[in-house]
Amino acid sequence: MTLDVDFGLQRGELHLDVAFAVAAGETLALVGPNGAGKSTCLAALAGLLGIARGHITLAGERLDDPARRLFVPPASRGVGVVFQEHRLFPHLGALDNVAFGLRARGSDRRSARTAAREWLRRVGLERHAAVLPRELSGGQAQRVALARALAAAPRLLLLDEPLSAVDASARLLLRRELRAHLAAFAGPRVVVAHDALDAFALADRVAVLEAGRIVQAGTVAEICERPRSRYVADLVGTNLLRGTVHDGVLRVGDGGTLVVSTPHEGAVIATVHPRAIALFRERPSGSPRNVWSAPVVGIEVAGDRVRVQLAGQVALVAEVTPAAVAELGLARSVAVWVALKATEIGVDPA
Amino acid sequence: MSRGVGARLAVLVAAGAFGALGGCDGAPPARVVRVFAAASLSAPFTALAAEFERSHPGATIELHFAGTPQLVLQLREGAQASVFAAADEVSMQRVVAAGQAAAAPSTFAHNRLAIVVPADNPQAIAGLADLVRPGLRVALCGPEVPAGRYAREALARAGVALHSVSDEPSVTAVVAKVQLGELDAGIVYRTDTTVGGVTAVDLDPAQGVTATYTIVPLVTARPPDVAAAFVAFVVSPAGQRLLAAHGFVVP
Amino acid sequence: MNARRRDLAALATLLPVVVATAFFVLPLLGLLLRAPWSRFLEQAGSPAVLDALWLSLLCSTSAAACSLLLGLPLAVWLAGGQGAVRAVVRVLVTLPMVLPPVVGGIALLVAYGRNGIVGGPLARWLDVALPFTTAGVVLAATYVSTPFFVLTVEAGLRSVDRRYADAAATLGAGPWHTFGRVTLPLVLPSLRAGLVVAWARALGEFGATITFAGNLAGHTRTLPLAVYVALESQPEAAVVTSLLLVVVSVGLLFLLRHRWWPSR
Repeated sequence: MTLDVDFGLQRGELHLDVAFAVAAGETLALVGPNGAGKSTCLAALAGLLGIARGHITLAGERLDDPARRLFVPPASRGVGVVFQEHRLFPHLGALDNVAFGLRARGSDRRSARTAAREWLRRVGLERHAAVLPRELSGGQAQRVALARALAAAPRLLLLDEPLSAVDASARLLLRRELRAHLAAFAGPRVVVAHDALDAFALADRVAVLEAGRIVQAGTVAEICERPRSRYVADLVGTNLLRGTVHDGVLRVGDGGTLVVSTPHEGAVIATVHPRAIALFRERPSGSPRNVWSAPVVGIEVAGDRVRVQLAGQVALVAEVTPAAVAELGLARSVAVWVALKATEIGVDPA
Repeated sequence: MSRGVGARLAVLVAAGAFGALGGCDGAPPARVVRVFAAASLSAPFTALAAEFERSHPGATIELHFAGTPQLVLQLREGAQASVFAAADEVSMQRVVAAGQAAAAPSTFAHNRLAIVVPADNPQAIAGLADLVRPGLRVALCGPEVPAGRYAREALARAGVALHSVSDEPSVTAVVAKVQLGELDAGIVYRTDTTVGGVTAVDLDPAQGVTATYTIVPLVTARPPDVAAAFVAFVVSPAGQRLLAAHGFVVP
Repeated sequence: MNARRRDLAALATLLPVVVATAFFVLPLLGLLLRAPWSRFLEQAGSPAVLDALWLSLLCSTSAAACSLLLGLPLAVWLAGGQGAVRAVVRVLVTLPMVLPPVVGGIALLVAYGRNGIVGGPLARWLDVALPFTTAGVVLAATYVSTPFFVLTVEAGLRSVDRRYADAAATLGAGPWHTFGRVTLPLVLPSLRAGLVVAWARALGEFGATITFAGNLAGHTRTLPLAVYVALESQPEAAVVTSLLLVVVSVGLLFLLRHRWWPSR
């Protein structure tokens, strides 16, 4: 059950032309600036927009192939969509929204409702069965929308910025739940992610879309290491680290440790802004909590800043001015001292 | 006084509701005489007015045609008019009784009833008795319209119990629906049957009911002398010739 | 000084409102002033008036139902896209709104009358005649009131977010299921409003009715026709009947204002 696409379509000013594949059990994040064609790409996968060239193939079945005049309408594709702003039917309660797909496929009212109730329970909203969408919070509505899409037993799951309509406090929790639900879904999943953090948290691989083209694709780590465009650099500019916190010490996946300032314990995602990382020729006096020596493994000019890739106990990217590069004599293989305040490390529960 | 205001208001309401009563308030200029005449007089009065204007330079006749009961209603509600020509004596009596007539009414024409049928008379109707044949669709004017009242009188006199499929608001409506073939026959004035597509079947003289047309200058006449002159012209030999030419019976 | 100026300004903005309100209220007031109150109940309760009232309610309700049957598919199609064909059809369908009703009545006779394009074959082969029947009243009222329904519902359908239909499609719903379970419920307020407008227009219908269906007590003489007939013979009864029409219309619109008229 693989999603395999290679298609082009024109919509207004946008010329979208993409090719990618997503395996069963794999999550691909589509990221990119506004207007790059992310939502348009999802609409084409769902069959809400026709393509002009190429094909969309799911589990070996052609869903769209204009050359062969083949087009499977959205209702027959088995493609579940969680829309941005949820798009729950405003006149139906949460339960009937979730039961909608089953009813549409011919289930009788009773069994559809029984199944829908189970889905509501899985997203923790069994007590909101009769509540209308306008009375749900953003996070609740998004959970119902997810349950609605999953209840229809799709073969492919598409999520369009599932976290954008949710306020910051509910976001962490929802992101974690979303990850669990995605993991439980057996087919391929494509998620349009709002930012690098969402992409990193939800996806196995990332495709960066700019002006209708995929400019870069790969794992999050690959893209962070070598951003190929200014947009990607900005997007992934923040260092993302996955690890576990114990007693105020973050142990990063590859073995290094950092002192952090957080009440959280257990699995986390940590963020470090490149500009928060200070570099020195000599070991700095004073007492930043995290100081270590690391070799420079890459130097890259990005506009008026220079991105410095560091190996060592924790692999990070730092951002400095060109003047600093000269002053510090930075070059590949040169060792520098790295200082990072514990308070500059953002920690979110994973 | 307040009744007068209310009356004007009511006319406006009626005019708004039916759109049938044209603008009839507001005084005409000095030498313009406004004549309220029964709808069945449309053809001869249009000719009479033209003739009168030719022989009375400077005078203008403004004609307003409607069903006689409508005219009575408009006069009662305060419409300004100088001359009133009615299709029946009952309506004229109402205007006289209201003190709106400036002189005694004069009879200036008669009209006979006739059965109006499609041009080739496909149902071969010969008289009132044929109208009750099963399957025929026959309509009269409503009983409030003089032509409708006369028709009912004629049917009663002939001992014919006719079921009218509709109480039409005017003779022209009856004629139009016979023309369109919606009605097999109707009872109207003889003078209404001169239009195309229909023909008249005359009534047995014994059953015939004669409509009497009367005319009177009104107390609201402006200018009174021209109004009186127009009335005099209608009953003059010249006026009578014109009426006769349009199928009316002159006294 | 300032306060007085503000009061004057408030008065100045209020004045046009008062004038406009008076414009609509005065005719009603005129009817109320002229009504023969001592004999009102007796007049309003007379068999002739009650017959006309019953017939009016029956025919306007039937016409509203016909508007729904005829108008809904039309509104759905019109709302389904743009283009010259739709524009032309919309003009043709809404013509009765601007046509003088009498002209509408004549047009109906030519089409559905005994010698009409459709009425001719109906009369010859099925022995069905519409003019001068209660069915004819309903037909005339449907003709003049359906355009109001169509335009109201089309506007409603156009304002329904298409993306809900898209969402339904991704859940496996075919076009009929989507229409019945998503679009129709969302457009319900417009549907109700359209029915009320059509019903009210049918209740007041006069010109096309008297032209097409004639005027026969108990069969085709609806309240507006009864008013017209009474106006010529008993003006007092006309005022009473008019008031009855006003009371019925206002009463029903008032009763239905919450459930049937979309609230702000």
